[in-house]
Amino acid sequence: MSSYVSPIREPLITGSKSYHDITEDLVSPTEKVPSASWVIGFVLAISSLAVGLFCIAWTIWHGIGTWNLNRTIGWGWDITNFVWWIGIGHAGTLISAILLLFRQKWRTGVNRAAEAMTIFAVICAALFPGIHVGRAWVVFYFFPYPNTRGPLWPNFNSPLLWDLFAISTYFTVSLLFWYTGLVPDFATVRDRAKGFRKKIYNFLSFGWTGAAKHWQRWEYLSLVLAGVATPLVLSVHTIVSFDFATSVIPGWHTTIFPPYFVAGAIFSGFAMVLTLMIVTRKILNLQDYITIAHIESMNKVILATGTIVGVAYLTELFIAWYSGYVYEQFAFFNRALGPYWWSYFGMMACNVITPQFFWFRKIRRSIFWTFLLSIVVNIGMWFERFVIIATTLARDYLPSSWSYYSPSWVEMGIYLGTFGLFFTFYLLFTRVAPVVAIAEVKSILKSSGDQYSGKAEPGHHHAHVTEDPNFKSYLNKSSFDYARDDKGNLSYSQSSQLSTPSSQGVSDESSGMTTATSVASSSANVTSTDDLKKIEGIGPKIAGALNAAGIMTFVQLSQTSTERLQEILDTSEGNFKGNNPESWAVQSELAAKGNWDELKDLQDRLDGGKFA
Amino acid sequence: MGAQRLVYGLYNDEEILLEAVKSANDKHIEIYDVYTPFPVHGLDPLLGLAESRLHIAGFVYGLLGTLTAFLGMSWIFTKDWPIIFGGKPYWAVPSFIPITFELTVLFASIGMVVTFYIINGLGPGVENNYLDDRITDDKFCIAFDSNDISNSDAESFFRSTGASEVHEKDL
Repeated sequence: MSSYVSPIREPLITGSKSYHDITEDLVSPTEKVPSASWVIGFVLAISSLAVGLFCIAWTIWHGIGTWNLNRTIGWGWDITNFVWWIGIGHAGTLISAILLLFRQKWRTGVNRAAEAMTIFAVICAALFPGIHVGRAWVVFYFFPYPNTRGPLWPNFNSPLLWDLFAISTYFTVSLLFWYTGLVPDFATVRDRAKGFRKKIYNFLSFGWTGAAKHWQRWEYLSLVLAGVATPLVLSVHTIVSFDFATSVIPGWHTTIFPPYFVAGAIFSGFAMVLTLMIVTRKILNLQDYITIAHIESMNKVILATGTIVGVAYLTELFIAWYSGYVYEQFAFFNRALGPYWWSYFGMMACNVITPQFFWFRKIRRSIFWTFLLSIVVNIGMWFERFVIIATTLARDYLPSSWSYYSPSWVEMGIYLGTFGLFFTFYLLFTRVAPVVAIAEVKSILKSSGDQYSGKAEPGHHHAHVTEDPNFKSYLNKSSFDYARDDKGNLSYSQSSQLSTPSSQGVSDESSGMTTATSVASSSANVTSTDDLKKIEGIGPKIAGALNAAGIMTFVQLSQTSTERLQEILDTSEGNFKGNNPESWAVQSELAAKGNWDELKDLQDRLDGGKFA
Repeated sequence: MGAQRLVYGLYNDEEILLEAVKSANDKHIEIYDVYTPFPVHGLDPLLGLAESRLHIAGFVYGLLGTLTAFLGMSWIFTKDWPIIFGGKPYWAVPSFIPITFELTVLFASIGMVVTFYIINGLGPGVENNYLDDRITDDKFCIAFDSNDISNSDAESFFRSTGASEVHEKDL
């Protein structure tokens, strides 16, 4: 085995998948006729989108006066929704970039869908500043280009312009990153498709061949893109927070905003990924690829970032009091106990209190609770933005201009429309592209597939880690395979030579040009599974029982005690009373070392696997 | 390249493939190319592939972005159309930082991705000949140029290294 298999980490691919199974499972959703639930979802999404488009048209035709914004409260649902969506759009690139740099293998199960989600969420977000400016048809004035008006340039000192650059860059980079990952997978779809579909996927896959040099460059590109996208993710929400923090509004101009916004963005982004993935994995039957281990990992991120957000809320409150600055004190008093107390309460309950339930492993690993809490987090983060924006503006310096705000039907319609837009795109994405990154999942199969970690059948495997019969053999392997791989100093178990077919017949086909050599059926898993039947006393049935107990290789077998082997035989189905495993360890040790001659001598002296 | 006749073997597992590549190196058989469904670690040094220089290109593009943004904004606000915003100096360097950073990332990313597709000969609408449809699924392929090795030698090589199939194709 060239991949290090962690004895402690949970497998990330269950169901003992082969490479072909992975292709089959992940491509088939794009090849089938859509299910009824998909069609219903799509109709709902398109209808919501239609409502949204109507409301946007209404806004542009009649003007921003159709919204309930007023002189005091200039930012309402529009900017709340903008910040909410852009926050959601942070999980995808975080998963693909930061987790790639940290070598988190679980990212491969969710990165594709999370990146798609990011792109769609950023589109929804970008819509709001676009229409909020009022004259949407001249919104291109924001971009600096040599124009006939002077040329007159935008104000590069303004955080609002920084925001434009941040979001355009973020959208572009996320799209490039996502598509570059998709190209090899589109090639997989292409090579299974026929007719017109093949033409489409041929176009989409850019002529990908899978050549070694292409893969090398592809990995470099992914790594460097991850490297530049990581500070980018952090910069985008930092700059969004500058929209507020650089102003002189009490409650807004705080230096804590950038880190607090970034943590909040990751928090809400992961919540949305979970909401989507829990539904997606169920509908597309991806439970083997998006496992409870994936869900738990994401819940841990939610817990960590949610706690950061909670600390930030409390810090804000404390500093408002401690600063002795009355305007700041009033702003926070007003948030908690003013006319919008309910949104502050919602924010605190949903963002600070409920995520703390994820301290409990049972809740972190429960699909039901995760789904429920992910929605609660989404609601809570919407309240947070509403509290910061509308509540703060409602009570400004001059009590005579204090006001109250609730959205008009047009604003609500546009918000609904962004959900329509988001889900329309997302549902189309699940039909067109593999929702889980095929090539990347295949590349972690040997290190994270359940059949390789000996955890394929949990019922057989109660041993404590240190007592685990496999543990010693794991320790014998280097845990720094990555470094070793890259230098090319690889050590292989001899098993690959053992099963190499040497005496297979060659059948020449009529053309005489094509020769197919058939290989022993076990060769698919050749290096990870030794042919235990080579041990005298082990037949196909016992070999199966041993495999089920996690013993795949000669090395593992040689390090398993006779008592344990006897226990496996006793607890397995089938009558193995006549079999005595006393010599198996000695035999398999020779086999593992490749001492076939010695093994043969030994077997000549053995009687049915027993010492004579 | 013109029409090229390739003999290729398909393997079922990347670790058998790596052994086979080693064995080809030992026997001094020149490998035309190796095709895999996912990046196989440890393959590049065996094939003698030099480290990619894509990241150097990325750095150059990024630098170009930095200079474009910073010099552009500086020129606009000091020479082309100086405006005083909120009593700040014309050349307000700290407030140029966010846009300079964003354009650095933007230029580096777009530049690298475009370069990646161009040097690989990939792009929208590109038609390549593929050796086998299963290379993007679960087969690992080593290809030899027919000019470099006789059919029978190739066949015996593939057979002895555990290939599951051997084929020939014009590329």
